[in-house]
Amino acid sequence: MEENHLKNSCRALLIGGSAGSLQVLFNLFPAIKPDFTFAVIIVLHRRNSGDSALSELLSTKTLAHTLEAEDKDPILPGKFYLAPADYHLLIEKNGTFSLDYSEKVNFSRPSIDVTFESAAEIYGPSLVGMLLSGANEDGTKGLLTIKKMGGKTVVQNPETAQMPFMPQHAISHHAADYIYNIIEMADFINNLR
Amino acid sequence: MIEDEDIAILLNDLFDIYGYDFTRYSKASLKRRIIRLCALDKIPSYAELRYRVRTDETYFKRFVEEITVNVTEMFRDPSFYKSLREDILPVLGTKPFIRIWHAGCSTGEEVYSMAILLKEANLLRKSLLYATDLNPSVLEKVRKGIFPLNQMKQYSESYIASGGIHDFSMYYTAHYGQAKFDKELAEKIIISTHNLVSDSSFNEFDLILCRNVLIYFDKELQDRVLKLFDESLGTLGYLALGTKETLKFSAVQSKFRQLNREKIWKKII
Repeated sequence: MEENHLKNSCRALLIGGSAGSLQVLFNLFPAIKPDFTFAVIIVLHRRNSGDSALSELLSTKTLAHTLEAEDKDPILPGKFYLAPADYHLLIEKNGTFSLDYSEKVNFSRPSIDVTFESAAEIYGPSLVGMLLSGANEDGTKGLLTIKKMGGKTVVQNPETAQMPFMPQHAISHHAADYIYNIIEMADFINNLR
Repeated sequence: MIEDEDIAILLNDLFDIYGYDFTRYSKASLKRRIIRLCALDKIPSYAELRYRVRTDETYFKRFVEEITVNVTEMFRDPSFYKSLREDILPVLGTKPFIRIWHAGCSTGEEVYSMAILLKEANLLRKSLLYATDLNPSVLEKVRKGIFPLNQMKQYSESYIASGGIHDFSMYYTAHYGQAKFDKELAEKIIISTHNLVSDSSFNEFDLILCRNVLIYFDKELQDRVLKLFDESLGTLGYLALGTKETLKFSAVQSKFRQLNREKIWKKII
């Protein structure tokens, strides 16, 4: 039992969001205890500007520094990473990021599906995927892949989302293990091991 | 479902039969491209894919074109082009002759952007732009200088943001949904296949641009390619990489100094 628990301990938490998700992160992050032992990887649909103001903004809300993921960066536990604007973010088997400037997926680059699917393959059951507010179908496929590979999925309760379409789309496609509001999400993250 | 071992075997085939080496490409991206291609072409199994790539050379060409990423645009990252205009071209302009290499140029949007910058700086007539890629088919597009017309609105905005002061449409003629760029620009572009994985240095350049190519390579191959660029640059030559690429932690790092916030380095020894 103990061994099983260890094997499936969370190595990465992925958070995907689109329109209306930034406010969720601003409320969620201050509630996360800083002693977490997994990497937090955030994929947000954002404007195609190269500046990293968003990661600085997120840093002010978290106790840990939010880094914009760079090509071939090692993924370290206890850190927040943000997918850079206008690149897809992929995870390599050796625990590093790689970036990809291929076609948009779901009209988006970065696409949540792309990162979620890539991570599901690497982390399997040691992965949690979280999908927030948005007005796009992105994320559903990725959550389904995470589930298929044994990971857990959390979707923001659409009633609490500024843009309910994206979380509702995931729920309608049976991609959600848990449907939570922000306080429940923080609780869930703080109890992740 | 395609396993990592299957991909390894396929990559070995490519090398044995056609001499193309993809073994040092980033695995995550490569795998995604292969799965995408199978879905696009409705290839039912890995065995079928392997058979087609091995036996059908036309399909092999398509395979290479599709697993490599050929997404590019004109004046992408306008602040980068602004820095080329303001910081780099005035220095290059003092030379009697300017050689520029676009390594991994894909369909050539960046090459034409550069040619426009040179023309506006009155340097085009003494410049040569070498455009290389491993895909012969994308180079055919560079030669033609024809790009989709529906992109021009965005390119025009990026051009203005890069410091362009002319009407962007003066550089092309619109025809049946396509924009054909001025012959004058194409005349200074030299096109050739070149594989960064296996080919060596072929000239000495004043400026090398290789943007969003290294991200598809693993660390070891990145190092090899950066060395190749180092060997291909004259003293005080410039190297330009993509916004998320870096010389940091590479073997040649100590020979270069980063100029500004843009990913442009100057070779100092």
